[in-house]
Amino acid sequence: MTAPGTAPLVHTAELRTWFTLRKWGFLRAGTVHALDGVSFDLARGEAVAIVGESGCGKSTLARTLLGLDRPTSGEVAIAGTPLGTMDKDAMRRLRATVGYVQQDPYAALPPFMSVATILAEPLRIHGLSHGRDRLTAALEEVGLTPAAEFLEKFPHMLSGGQQQRVVIARALILEPALIIADEPVSMLDASVSAGILRLLRRIQQSRSLTLVFITHNLATVRHFADRIFVMYAGRFVETGPTEALLDAPQHPYTQALLAAIADPDPDNADHDRAVPDSEPPSLINPPPGCRFHPRCPHAMPGLCDRDDPPAFQPRPSQTSWCWLHR
Amino acid sequence: MSAPLLAVEDLRLHYRTEAGVLRALDGVSFELNRGEAVVLLGESGCGKTSMARALLRLLPRNVADYSGRVRLGGTDIMALSDEAFRRDIRWSRISIVMQAAMNSLNPVIRVGEQVAEPLMIHAGKPRAEAMDRASRALTRVGVSADFMDRYPFELSGGMRQRVVLAMALITEPELVILDEPTSALDLLTQASIMNVLKRIKRETGTSFVLITHDVGTSSELADHVALMYAGQIVERSPARFFFRSPAHPYGQALMASVPRLHDRTEPRHLEGTPPPLIDPPEGCRFAPRCAQRFAPCDRPPPEARLEDGRRSLCWLHGAAP
Ligand SMILES: Nc1ncnc2c1ncn2[C@@H]1O[C@H](COP(=O)(O)OP(=O)(O)OP(=O)(O)O)[C@@H](O)[C@H]1O
Ligand SMILES: [Mg+2]
Repeated sequence: MTAPGTAPLVHTAELRTWFTLRKWGFLRAGTVHALDGVSFDLARGEAVAIVGESGCGKSTLARTLLGLDRPTSGEVAIAGTPLGTMDKDAMRRLRATVGYVQQDPYAALPPFMSVATILAEPLRIHGLSHGRDRLTAALEEVGLTPAAEFLEKFPHMLSGGQQQRVVIARALILEPALIIADEPVSMLDASVSAGILRLLRRIQQSRSLTLVFITHNLATVRHFADRIFVMYAGRFVETGPTEALLDAPQHPYTQALLAAIADPDPDNADHDRAVPDSEPPSLINPPPGCRFHPRCPHAMPGLCDRDDPPAFQPRPSQTSWCWLHR
Repeated sequence: MSAPLLAVEDLRLHYRTEAGVLRALDGVSFELNRGEAVVLLGESGCGKTSMARALLRLLPRNVADYSGRVRLGGTDIMALSDEAFRRDIRWSRISIVMQAAMNSLNPVIRVGEQVAEPLMIHAGKPRAEAMDRASRALTRVGVSADFMDRYPFELSGGMRQRVVLAMALITEPELVILDEPTSALDLLTQASIMNVLKRIKRETGTSFVLITHDVGTSSELADHVALMYAGQIVERSPARFFFRSPAHPYGQALMASVPRLHDRTEPRHLEGTPPPLIDPPEGCRFAPRCAQRFAPCDRPPPEARLEDGRRSLCWLHGAAP
């Protein structure tokens, strides 16, 4: 064992989570390769953004890390404990190690519980004290003040942004080492989103938490993550430090994603965007070779449509799974 | 200058609710020239979909007040009977892509059939001609004509959204209203559909009312911006001024909250929430969240006309001359 603090908090290798599709409830109709061989380590105290379009496997990755989806093969361990081997008790402890912030705060909060009950619940389940001071402190940390007032409220009395702050407070209350935030602001207005992301980042830094921030929008990550993993069709296509990856994207898919983003600018109306018109591939029968090749402007016939690209290192800190960089 | 294609004046749509009258659209005015696009930009619940409903007279049962003037090329369409509105306006001169419409395609009718339907029903075209034009409308929005015989469930979300767009375009209306046409889609699909809209606007001179909460996307098509807040339009500006330097304090705060890909300044959020639309405050509705609030803001602000054809509903800009 490595000394605590230096060992990665999250370790995965060749992680695959597949789902079997059934027809009429029993006939195997196909296999969805939702997460199809990803390997990475996350250090304690780092924030990574996992970026990709819907269906690329980012939520499956989140659910696999949370122990909600069972991996089909590969390794996944949190704080040194492999997830596959856990019994009920260990799973319960894992739940206390990992906080979860989901996309729709309203759906995440039980409608008939007050904020106080919602926050006390995890403490109660884990046999911890859930006095008023503890709950007040939790609300203050997420900026819901005066806390006494918010404790008495029910979810429907709160705005979307306030609801998401309650979800964050609940995710933090067992003092987890890892927070997984799956599209935490995609249901919120732009004017409140920045506040939620700032809050997550501030807490992540002050408590030295590991943060996995899942988003489809690369424009939101610059200030809120140290590293970016770009996913496409169940796999990583590019990883690297945030600034480097945004300023000099290497993989053609990352380049396309960045080209698709419209910063508010009146000149946008004057020209078309350089994006492929085609659709993302099926995860049941993914294309052979590089999965992006059918949409890639640089695809090299005979190579990209045949052989899986391995990891290349086009720049010292950036990894790209693309034959262009061989 | 010719008269605008669309002129909306003091349009109101209020709903009856158990808690009282909800003023979803509370006296809004804007204009749109032929061949141009106006973006109705605003955050959730500010009344954008209510505007779409009011323009097309697609009203729920609990309407408490529906009034104002809407001129389409000189005709006051608010004055038309329901029958005349259905016959002469909806689908034939103004069509709409409703919010989340891609999920409301009929699951048991083939795609080509559904796209052709408005032509057969509203324009009385024979089936063969309608199907032929459906196949062309589909190609124009980036759906291969091979998809004519498919059912909606066989299509991805992006493809279904294109189908809905083809339906709105097939009658060749002068004006198309798009309510959050790309919000549920992936970034690449979004960008590709915006490319389609730009091309159609350029090539056919169709006018658009684009309704969205997404500031970045809104700049893709806009000639003009009408910024909504709590049931009102608080700023109307040409796009080239709005996106560079909005006039209204809410416009400034909203723009500062938008993350930008290549901007190193961190986006700033806005404290507070919009006021309730049942008994909203009498004065400026943005005042409680406004950093530049001062004494007059307790009273309803006038719409001030500024340079460069901008208008702002704000006391900072003084009274209308
Ligand atoms: N039929 C109705 N009866 C009562 N209230 C309604 C009705 N339809 C909408 N509202 C309310 O009117 C206000 C404006 O709603 P509207 O749907 O126009 O907003 P929007 O800007 O389109 O929001 P979003 O961005 O969420 O689509 C909201 O407070 C909404 O709850
Ligand atoms: Mg709406």
